[in-house]
Formats: sequence, structure tokens, C-alpha cells
Amino acid sequence: MLGALVVLAVLMTAAPATPARAQNLVSDLSNHLVAITSDFTGAEVLLFGSIAAEGDIVVTVAGPRVPVVVRRKQRVLGIWMNTDSIEFQNAPAFYAVASTRPITEIANADVQARQEMGVEHLAIRSVVDGDFSPEEITAFRQGLIRNKIKQGLYKPDVEPIQVLSDRLFRTMIDLPSNPLTGTYTVSVYLIQNGTVVEAQTNPLIVSKTGIGADIFLFAHTDSAAYGILAILAAIAAGWLAAAIFRKI
Amino acid sequence: MNVYLPIAEMSVNIFLILGMGGVVGVLSGLFGVGGGFLLTPLLIFIGVPPAVAVGTQANQIVASSVSGVIAHWRRGNVDFRMGGVLLVGGIAGSVVGVGVFAWLRSLGHIDLTIKLCYVVFLGIIGSLMLNESIRAILQSRRPGGRRRKLHQHTWFHGLPLKMRFRRSKLYISALLPLGVGVFVGLLAAVMGVGGGFIMVPAMIYLLGMPTSVVVGTSLFQIIFVTANVTFLQAVNTQTVDVLLALLLLIGGVIGAPIGTRLGTKLKGEQLRGLLAFMVLAVCLKLGYDLVITPEDLYSISVPDS
Repeated sequence: MLGALVVLAVLMTAAPATPARAQNLVSDLSNHLVAITSDFTGAEVLLFGSIAAEGDIVVTVAGPRVPVVVRRKQRVLGIWMNTDSIEFQNAPAFYAVASTRPITEIANADVQARQEMGVEHLAIRSVVDGDFSPEEITAFRQGLIRNKIKQGLYKPDVEPIQVLSDRLFRTMIDLPSNPLTGTYTVSVYLIQNGTVVEAQTNPLIVSKTGIGADIFLFAHTDSAAYGILAILAAIAAGWLAAAIFRKI
Repeated sequence: MNVYLPIAEMSVNIFLILGMGGVVGVLSGLFGVGGGFLLTPLLIFIGVPPAVAVGTQANQIVASSVSGVIAHWRRGNVDFRMGGVLLVGGIAGSVVGVGVFAWLRSLGHIDLTIKLCYVVFLGIIGSLMLNESIRAILQSRRPGGRRRKLHQHTWFHGLPLKMRFRRSKLYISALLPLGVGVFVGLLAAVMGVGGGFIMVPAMIYLLGMPTSVVVGTSLFQIIFVTANVTFLQAVNTQTVDVLLALLLLIGGVIGAPIGTRLGTKLKGEQLRGLLAFMVLAVCLKLGYDLVITPEDLYSISVPDS
């Protein structure tokens, strides 16, 4: 399964985004698979490439898209409680952006919104049945982004992209210690005079491996046996500790 | 040194978790409380998802309670008969409690209900215990002070189905511990804890058991309550993280016997006073959090599938 995904990832990377034209943009990742092992504390993935034309480069990294519920607290009888909530679709589990120059100098708001350049331009849609005004929905949306930033899952600052002799570029993608597993999309854009002239996407797979993956699988496929084993292990550990302490 | 937790899906510092397990273990051995009411908020504070915190702490408390019970049992401080009756009531209560939990959840205010339950019960129990233990300490200091009666006689001593509890030096109706068990089991299921911090005061003040027997007997029945919670959480929500539980219980099983030894050095009223202070501190913190303006009015969570 994992092997097939990696092969797929490599194939997708190999396929050029604009096959008809001569390629002005080529990029790749230092590795396409981030393995979460038991000593995982985060990972760094290098994105590198070259451009055959003048222009600026913007790189966005978006994690798997998942629904999120945002709740708002209000004071009721002196106590703060969750009073209303909005569900959002398509919120990336992780988001980061890098650029050669400040993005506002490179692209206008339209382009930024279309390519999701910057946390404020993420295409997160609300699932609302008309109970909320647009201003309220925006406030909830900003609440979502604020919470994600606080958890280290959205990077509010634009990371730099290093360019060598106007041709080669590189930037580092920092994954946090609590990433959601799944396929991350690393998009690279070549921009000339405010328009995207070429784009390329590189998939990055984040997955658990080793004993941690086995434990996760066991807990989800054979839950009852897992629960009983957990209890037996706890009883054995407690008994063992009491026995040891008696000796001391 | 960090380790990645497979179910909680996050990386944590090993020594932080060991230390937390150790502190809770000491409290468990000292007071006969499982420590869930402290451990769950602590785990959530370091970023463990709340569901994983509840499921996992139950598993670790099984271990710390087993080692605590063995230590108390060697000293003859476990009333198995009383523990058994409490447990029967406790299981009946927790079945009802799980239903109440699902009902509150459907109303959408389960988090607030849990917090309010904590504040109210911790507040009542803490102040009652503190008041009583201060009075006991003052009385014991007064020379020639009247000796306290073993326990007060009230209307519930007239109930039928009387049973003799030798270790607890009690001859009372079995309906009484059964009722206490049902009540604590119900609250424990709603609040997601073993219920020791309610059970211990109930045994001392409602049943009139001697403090020395209370701790071991409470731990004895907590083993079964938390084992039940562990199993239900593993099956229903898959939120028991064995690696996190293992780290917590290594700390916990070391801490529990230390607590038990400390407990033998302290007088009953001092022990109750200390527990009262701790319970009140947690109560005040939780109450304060409900009233102050939160840092961010908006919070995010994964929607129920």
C-alpha cells in the first residue's frame, strides 16, 4: 500500500504540469515520504529546483483537507460557555508558504486568493444554513486560523526562498511534531509580471511506521482485544511494582 | 528526550510524563484517590486530546491502584466485603451514568456540565473535609478534650438488610454502601474519572469507616471502575494510548508505594486536611477558568462523524 503510494507520488512528480510548453520550472523534494517513528519530533524537507526564465517563486505547503468545527464562547450568567458553532470544510491540516519577495509585491489579491498564497487566502468554506452574517462567518474563520497558528500547524509568516545566480532555488519545509498523516501538497509557482506562468505540485506523504503504526492499527482493528491487553498490562505492572517495592 | 505517542498522535518529553505519573501516584497511595481528576486536566494542558486523556488515564490508574491495593492489603487495610458491595452499586451507577452522558452530549453542553460538576462537588467535599479536619486537629490539641465517638447514629442505621463489615468495624444496612456506590458510579461515568475523590469522603462521613481502611478499600474498587472505563473507551473511541499509559504508570507505580508509606506517618485528620486543600485548589482553579474572559473566544475541534 505504502509502496504503491510512493510509486504514485514519484510518477505524479515526474509528470510535468504543462506538458505542451517548454519547461521553465523544475522542482523536487529531498524526500517524498516523512515517516513518523517513535522518536519523531518533527521533520525538515528540502524543496529545490531551477527556473529557466526571470520571475519570482512562491511555494505553498498544504496538509490533508479536513472538516473543522469552530465554537464561540459567550458569557451566560457569569460563566463562559460555547453558545454557537460553524463547521468549515476543506481546512488544510497544515499550511506554510515561502516566497522570494513579499507576496504583495509579486501578485495581486486575486492571484493570491486563487492559489491560496498566505493563511488569509486559504479556501476554507463554511457549512452554514443562513443563521450567520458574512461578518460573523469571517470572525469564525479568523478564529480557526488563529487557533491553528497557536498549535503551530499554520505558519503565518512567509518563509524565504534562496535563489542562486537567478536559476537555482531552495527552501526548507518544517513539519511540526504533531502532523496529521496523509498526503501533503507542495505547490511551486513561477510568477512573471503578477501572473502565474508555470506551476508544479509535489506530493509529500506523511505516514506512521514501525511500532507506533502497529499499535495504532491494532487499536483500530481489534479494539476489544487491545483494551483487554491494556488492562492486563496495567495489572501486571502494578503487581510488579508492589513486589519490587517490598524487596527494597 | 522525546517520544511519539501513536494514539495521541503527538511528540512528548518522556521525563515530563514520568514526573506527572509519579506525582499522581504519590497522591493515589496517600489518599486512595485514583488521581484522574488531576491527571486528566494535566494531560489536556500539555496538548493531549481530551478523549485520549480520559481513556489513557483510566488505564494508568488501573496499574497504580493495583500496586496501592497490594501495599494496603499487606497491612490488612482493605475491607473486601465493603469494597464488593460498593462495586456492585458502582457498576449499576456507571451504566446509568453512561446514559446520562450520552443525553447531555446530545444537548451539546457536556464539557460545561463536567466542569460545573467538578466545581460543585470538589467545592462541597473540599470545604466539608477541611472544616472537619481542622476541628479534629484543634480538638486533639486541647488537653483532656472529649474523645470523639466512633461514628454517629442516624436514621439510616435503621434500614434493613444489615451486614457486618469486620474490617471497617461496622454493622450497617448493605443498602447504604450500595447507594453510595450507585451515586459515585453515576458521577464517575459522567465526569470520566474513577471517583475516588468522592468515594473517600463518602466512606468517611456517610458510612463512618475508619480512615485507615478507607484508602485501601477505595483503591480496591477503583481498579474495577477504571478497568471498565479503559475497556469501554478502547472499544468505542479507540482513545487508549498504551505508550502514554506505560510512561504514566512507570511514574505512577513508583509514586504509589511512596504515598502509602507517607500515609502511615501522618494522622488521619492531617491526611484529610491535606486532601481537602488539594481538592479545593483544583476546584478554585476550575471555577476561576469558567469565570475569567478566555484568551480566545473561539476554539476548534474535529466534528463528530
